[in-house]
Amino acid sequence: MFRILQRFSPVKRRATTLICARYSTGSKEHIDGLVKEKNLVVFMKGTPDAPRCGFSNAVVQILNMHGVEKFDAHNVLEDEDLRQGVKDYSNWPTIPQVYMQGEFLGGCDIMIEMHKNGELIEELKKAGIRSALLDIPEEK
Amino acid sequence: PLHLEVINESYMHNVPKGSETHFKVIVVSDAFGSKAALQRHRMVNHTLEEEVQKKGVHALSIVAKTPDQWQESIQKVEPSPNCRGGFGK
Repeated sequence: MFRILQRFSPVKRRATTLICARYSTGSKEHIDGLVKEKNLVVFMKGTPDAPRCGFSNAVVQILNMHGVEKFDAHNVLEDEDLRQGVKDYSNWPTIPQVYMQGEFLGGCDIMIEMHKNGELIEELKKAGIRSALLDIPEEK
Repeated sequence: PLHLEVINESYMHNVPKGSETHFKVIVVSDAFGSKAALQRHRMVNHTLEEEVQKKGVHALSIVAKTPDQWQESIQKVEPSPNCRGGFGK
């Protein structure tokens, strides 16, 4: 389809623009590829080692508390297309966004809520991840 | 809603003084009924769609409770996590 558009475009586009547009990282297809069949994916600002936003950091810290250190993290600050694309994908206006087995789980508030009420342990179990918090004996 | 609070948390972030970019809203309503957190947040997001998508609200933290849950809680809400400097980057 893009080729057709290009043919009728009065301005000849540069090859690089064409490549970016055809393989937009913000497209549904691209994001499907990032989240489907993946256990746990986080779209965040910064990286797990150096989050650039308090909300993104909170999500990483919560996952770490549950002993989850292996997950795909995508830094949306490095990719404006992805930043907007993922918001459209989930119809959710903010970053961070957490996906489990292709399903949108929630943002920071929901992760904090699920962490506090214990639901996160159950959600992780569904993804075959045993929360490390289960191995800590309860304090009396 | 039975209770509605809008807190401007912009001062905690890497934005000019007096900014209105980072907010927390607390909504207590029967409408949340048996809805899960994700649906509740979507309802609030939908209501504030224009503010977030067109009017430059950058961060929105949501607390959505039913009246019963609000009564059970201490009716106080913790502040959002501190900024790590990524705004506008």
